[in-house]
Amino acid sequence: MSSIPTSSLLCVNDLACERDSRCLFSGVNFSIAAGDLWHLKGHNGSGKTTLLRLVAGLHPIDVGTISHPSTHAKIIYLGHKLGLKEQLSADENLAWLVGLESSSTQQERYAALEKVGLKGYEENTIATLSAGQRRRVALARLHLCKADIWLLDEPFTALDQQGVEDEESWLRQHTLSGGAVLMTSHQNLSIQPVKVLDLSHYTPAKTSCSSSAL
Amino acid sequence: MINFMLVIIRRDLLLVARRPAELINPLVFFVLVVALFPLGVSPEASVLSQAAAGVIWVSAMLATLLSLELLFKLDYDDGSLEQLLLAPYPAWSLVLAKVIAHWLVSGLPLILLSPLIANLLFLPTQAIPTLMLSLLLGTPTLSLFGAIGAALVTGVRGGGILLTLLILPLYVPVIIFGAAAVVAASQGMAVDGYMALLAAMLVFALMITPWAAGAALKL
Repeated sequence: MSSIPTSSLLCVNDLACERDSRCLFSGVNFSIAAGDLWHLKGHNGSGKTTLLRLVAGLHPIDVGTISHPSTHAKIIYLGHKLGLKEQLSADENLAWLVGLESSSTQQERYAALEKVGLKGYEENTIATLSAGQRRRVALARLHLCKADIWLLDEPFTALDQQGVEDEESWLRQHTLSGGAVLMTSHQNLSIQPVKVLDLSHYTPAKTSCSSSAL
Repeated sequence: MINFMLVIIRRDLLLVARRPAELINPLVFFVLVVALFPLGVSPEASVLSQAAAGVIWVSAMLATLLSLELLFKLDYDDGSLEQLLLAPYPAWSLVLAKVIAHWLVSGLPLILLSPLIANLLFLPTQAIPTLMLSLLLGTPTLSLFGAIGAALVTGVRGGGILLTLLILPLYVPVIIFGAAAVVAASQGMAVDGYMALLAAMLVFALMITPWAAGAALKL
């Protein structure tokens, strides 16, 4: 990690984050290159979700920088909250989520839903689906948006064993085709190679970040 | 960007179509408040026709306030707000789209209902076009100003009261000029000045509020 590879899509430099006057992490450095699969580890409350949200651009950055060396890589973020509307069907949800940036045909959306094992559930409203099925609908978006970097927060939550295996194969496919993944999970991944970033190592002993901002 | 906004508007309208209670609640509230007024004050036509302009405008404002709290809250709760903010478009376009959708389901039906309500309160017939026009200029302003408050209280539990306190002062000028226009029309006086002021407030709100609410959403 000493030299930044030329194919790097996103560089995180000396990132620190303070929440409620508690320093979550400081001095975090890593770069996401095409083909990387980063597994973000750390105990509860170590700031995994916060780091993902910082990378996604959902929080303003206090200390450090996040740069996009090459052309602006397209990022997709899938958090704890799935962003699905309960009253809308799986297909309608995918239509508006994808429609925010590009467009999709119904055929494409049905194909994506079939890929995540929801064939026959296209017109079911989200309210009638189980937690695992909802997660699958959200994951179907990954197949529709041609994003370079996937930011996934606990993407295996509520999935059955087959679902976990399927998703791992999608992750591998994505990295093999030049994409990158940054994900949190308390499970160990069965796919290789995985780069691990353990946030527990970046938690400072004292309570406030070194360069006290504000 | 137009496409981005259209996707949001279409989605929000579809959501309302699936759950019509959201559309009907503020309207029922509007009609109820107006209908209770003659019972509380006086059923005399002379009294009601004088108070009509104010009653209709205040009820319209309360109905708008009632529906505003959920403007961003539902999207925040289910995580779709995050996805909307992550789209590569400025936050003000998202706010504007949400407000347009909100106005279409809260402001527009109110305007369409207002002639009926005006009749109920013995508002002189000559004032009805002015009433509708003033509501047409005023209710979008109410929705726009309200968006700032709604954006600020989005992550706050029980933000309803806070929202009311935050945006009520911004509503005062709209109410004053809106109601004054209708009163003037019912007395046969010119209303151009009031309308111009209402229009100016709408333009001002259009310029400032999407940007301010967008900034508030990112907090």
